[in-house]
Amino acid sequence: MFPRIPMLNYDVVVIGGGPAGMAAAVRAKELGLKVLLLDENDHLGGILPQCIHPGFGLHYFREELTGPEFAARLARKMVELGVEYKTAARVLEIKNYSDLEKVVVFTSPSGAYGVWARAVIYAAGARERHAFEIGIVGDRVSGVYTAGEAQTLMDIYGIMPGREVVIVGSGDVGLIMARRFALEGAKVKAVIELMPYPGGLARNVIILRDFDIPLYLSHKVVEVRGRGRVERVKVVKVDENLNEIPGSEFWIEADTLIISAGLVPNVKKLTAIGVEIDPSTGGPVVNDRLETSVPGIFVAGNALLINDLVDYVAEQGELAAEGAREFIENGGIGSRKWVKVEKGENVRLLAPHYLSGDRDVYLYLRVARPMEDVELRIPEIGKKMKLPVVKPAEMLRVKLKAEEIRKAEKLTVEVVRV
Amino acid sequence: MKTKVAIIGAGISGASIARVLSKYENLEVHLIEKAPDVGWGVSKANTALIHGGYDDDPDKYPTRAKLCIRGNRLWHRWVKELEIPHVWNGALIVATREEDFDELERLLERGRRNGVPEMRIVDKEELFHLEPGLTKEAIGALWVPIVGQIGPIPAVIAITENAVANGVKTHLETEVTGIRVENGEVKGVETSNGFIEADIVINAAGLYADRIARMAGIDYFEIHPRKGEYWIFDDDVPGPRRVLFPTPTPISKGIVVTTEISGHLMIGPNAQDLPPEEKENLATTREGLEQVWEGAKKLWPQLPPRSKVIRTFAGLRPEPTGGDFIIRAEEEVWGFINVAGIRSPGLTSAPAIAEEVAEIIQRDLGIQLREKSKWNPYRREISHLFMMSPEQVNEAVKRNPSYGKVVCRCNNVSEGDILEAIERMKLIGVKTPSVDSVKFRTKATTGTCQGSFCRPKIVELLAREYGVEPWKVTLKGKGSEIGVGDVKALLRGDA
Ligand SMILES: Cc1cc2nc3c(=O)[nH]c(=O)nc-3n(C[C@H](O)[C@H](O)[C@H](O)COP(=O)(O)OP(=O)(O)OC[C@H]3O[C@@H](n4cnc5c(N)ncnc54)[C@H](O)[C@@H]3O)c2cc1C
Ligand SMILES: Cc1cc2nc3c(=O)[nH]c(=O)nc-3n(C[C@H](O)[C@H](O)[C@H](O)COP(=O)(O)OP(=O)(O)OC[C@H]3O[C@@H](n4cnc5c(N)ncnc54)[C@H](O)[C@@H]3O)c2cc1C
Repeated sequence: MFPRIPMLNYDVVVIGGGPAGMAAAVRAKELGLKVLLLDENDHLGGILPQCIHPGFGLHYFREELTGPEFAARLARKMVELGVEYKTAARVLEIKNYSDLEKVVVFTSPSGAYGVWARAVIYAAGARERHAFEIGIVGDRVSGVYTAGEAQTLMDIYGIMPGREVVIVGSGDVGLIMARRFALEGAKVKAVIELMPYPGGLARNVIILRDFDIPLYLSHKVVEVRGRGRVERVKVVKVDENLNEIPGSEFWIEADTLIISAGLVPNVKKLTAIGVEIDPSTGGPVVNDRLETSVPGIFVAGNALLINDLVDYVAEQGELAAEGAREFIENGGIGSRKWVKVEKGENVRLLAPHYLSGDRDVYLYLRVARPMEDVELRIPEIGKKMKLPVVKPAEMLRVKLKAEEIRKAEKLTVEVVRV
Repeated sequence: MKTKVAIIGAGISGASIARVLSKYENLEVHLIEKAPDVGWGVSKANTALIHGGYDDDPDKYPTRAKLCIRGNRLWHRWVKELEIPHVWNGALIVATREEDFDELERLLERGRRNGVPEMRIVDKEELFHLEPGLTKEAIGALWVPIVGQIGPIPAVIAITENAVANGVKTHLETEVTGIRVENGEVKGVETSNGFIEADIVINAAGLYADRIARMAGIDYFEIHPRKGEYWIFDDDVPGPRRVLFPTPTPISKGIVVTTEISGHLMIGPNAQDLPPEEKENLATTREGLEQVWEGAKKLWPQLPPRSKVIRTFAGLRPEPTGGDFIIRAEEEVWGFINVAGIRSPGLTSAPAIAEEVAEIIQRDLGIQLREKSKWNPYRREISHLFMMSPEQVNEAVKRNPSYGKVVCRCNNVSEGDILEAIERMKLIGVKTPSVDSVKFRTKATTGTCQGSFCRPKIVELLAREYGVEPWKVTLKGKGSEIGVGDVKALLRGDA
């Protein structure tokens, strides 16, 4: 079908060399599959090499590591096992000829290739929401960066982006960037948060006190003005329905605006082949092997749903690899009686969406709003879990036993006050 | 002896004039631009349409009416000679009320007077065949097949490259500060980079054409800015196949809904008059954008959720006193030619404006123009990975492996594309490295993520090729540096 480009042959192609992809490739290799991992960057690790702070790996390696350390461990494992990989290799297209015949087309400095594969594990991560997407108007000037771009500029390219910084978003990424800027000697003039509560983990919210950085809750940045570079940003207060309060506007002088307004799974290559997307996660609808609605296409990590812990990302990579092995060995995951998992009270998103009941699984979920002294319940099977606090920023992970799942026709997950 | 020509302004008008004048061996052409690169004035932010020529009233605006249709016809040739990205998809001016047909009839009649071919009024059935996604309120339309769309800055770049290949000299980052006139004749222009001698000075300074004219003592017109704002959506949002206009009102052509040449749904512009001193006010506004949204919804009801926007922007039309283009040799100052008030449809008219200027030089200044025996009409577009088949990629990497390496993921722009862009920037005299110069040549940073992945890499390439420190690379010229120093600069106190 591609007579004039070189064709390669593998059992499984992993797209993306972040923690999800590396963990998937390692596991696939351990399971005896012929696997090729492709990543467009010059190095493995996905976004981890730019995350030079600690806080990675407590579950997966039972040790606190930095991002680069976490990535290096997985990369070392790949090399030890002899997993084949290519960097500077960008996947352009996935072609789904049939359930067991897929071609992944990629380009690299040595040219374009096609790879015949029986299964594909898609671990392409996420992208950040940018200033236009969150409705900021005004001048299109230098000094407006997403958190990840600022982090790349500082920690990969050694560029100091600015002196006086306003940060949009108090999630972990925003808070970590606030610290990063402060450590380099910049003045962080404010962190602006739309919601009435901070978005990040408590251990990160402390950063603001440590560095004397003002936090404006229930506020939003609406406008940027400047000539060549940001000169000032306009902030406005919002009420409990997130509507702007007229007359509450004020300006902050700054030369840099950092947008840390959340991530969106990278799924365009999947939607192009008809993979069904869950609007609440932004990622694909999956079963408990992390298989998408297109047979043989598996997904893991931030491409599945936005994770805050890299440990879960790696875990999903392994699960997807196990799914791929089963798929290849049995010529498909098989049509089981799938138990559908539904969102109940105060559950904003969850995955996987369908469970088979023939294995134990982890459910990953996020709540819609923070609450204290609550219970996570699955009424159909009488499951209850007490939780002192829940926050949208912290992903919850619940283990369900195979026999529990098998008991039910469907499962509803809810988080309610006790 | 050669006649020296100084063209002020490297927008679509100035660049087109330079190209046309580069045909003549007895002219020495200098193209002067204050910005770091060409096409960054009015030509940067507009609807990018090659209009049909039915819209301008030949009684009220004879120059616009004449040059628009002539420009449209010339573009059909220029896009091929210069390999400018374009699409000829036609336009529909949509009626939603019975009385709109009166206006469509008037446009049809006016178009016939202006010499527009192939226009006709289509009924509802044919309309929905041409454009199935239109509002159900639509009852008919004026169909103008000759309308098209181009990349406006890529066009200015292509034209300038071709002009330079034919001997035009560019002076970028050179601001004209005065015009030397002696005994009623122009002698040259004072600039931020010294005096440039000239026998003919052509004022194609866009929003600032009134200021330049005054430097020569000519003050019968003023230019005021009229702002238009736009939304652009992600490339997976479905848009129309044709350019869609509402039926115009006496004050405005209305808000356009179109799929621009890169495949993104675009809506806009509105029209807001600004005071004359606000010629740099390119800020988008809530009110303006909402107005555009409401306007577009009337034609295209299935607008995407706001989260699908990838960019909003604004442009300023240079509105002249009187409303018509001002293209003439001024009698009081021999050698001074105004190309002023080039508001819409200036992009469409540009090639015709340029031919008009050549005519003026011959007719009004009495300079006999002699054609070069070896004028080269052609220019090759730069490589674009996104236009290559995998087989072509394999050919390209044999020349240079960087053609296989993707830098901008959203638009599949390769490192090779970017290096070629940088080479071409240098060829036309771009001195300050900027991400925007790369963006307009390659489309890098214009996709879904708006550059958050690839901008640092582009900065690195620009820094290397221009031999500057990475943080000194700019977004869009001096004053828009990417950073303030290397990491630790602030702590060391040497930022
Ligand atoms: C600022 C910041 C701080 C963080 N802090 C912590 C923390 O303290 N603790 C913690 O546990 N987690 C933290 N995280 C989260 C964690 O880093 C992510 O959850 C994790 O890296 C996601 O991994 P991934 O493999 O899914 O995606 P990524 O790491 O994004 O990897 C995806 C890879 O796929 C590549 N790719 C995409 N498309 C293609 C294609 N078509 N062809 C080839 N390659 C492709 C990408 O270039 C990338 O290399 C932080 C994240 C950020 C941004
Ligand atoms: C919102 C909007 C929508 C439009 N839509 C369309 C459309 O769809 N179709 C169409 O045909 N037309 C359209 N137009 C009109 C079209 O964009 C303009 O007519 C055209 O771009 C004008 O080009 P120009 O070369 O005359 O001016 P410019 O592009 O502004 O070029 C003038 C140049 O002169 C330079 N300059 C100024 N002062 C000095 C100085 N002192 N020294 C040196 N250099 C100087 C400036 O930097 C600038 O680069 C639209 C315009 C707007 C604003």
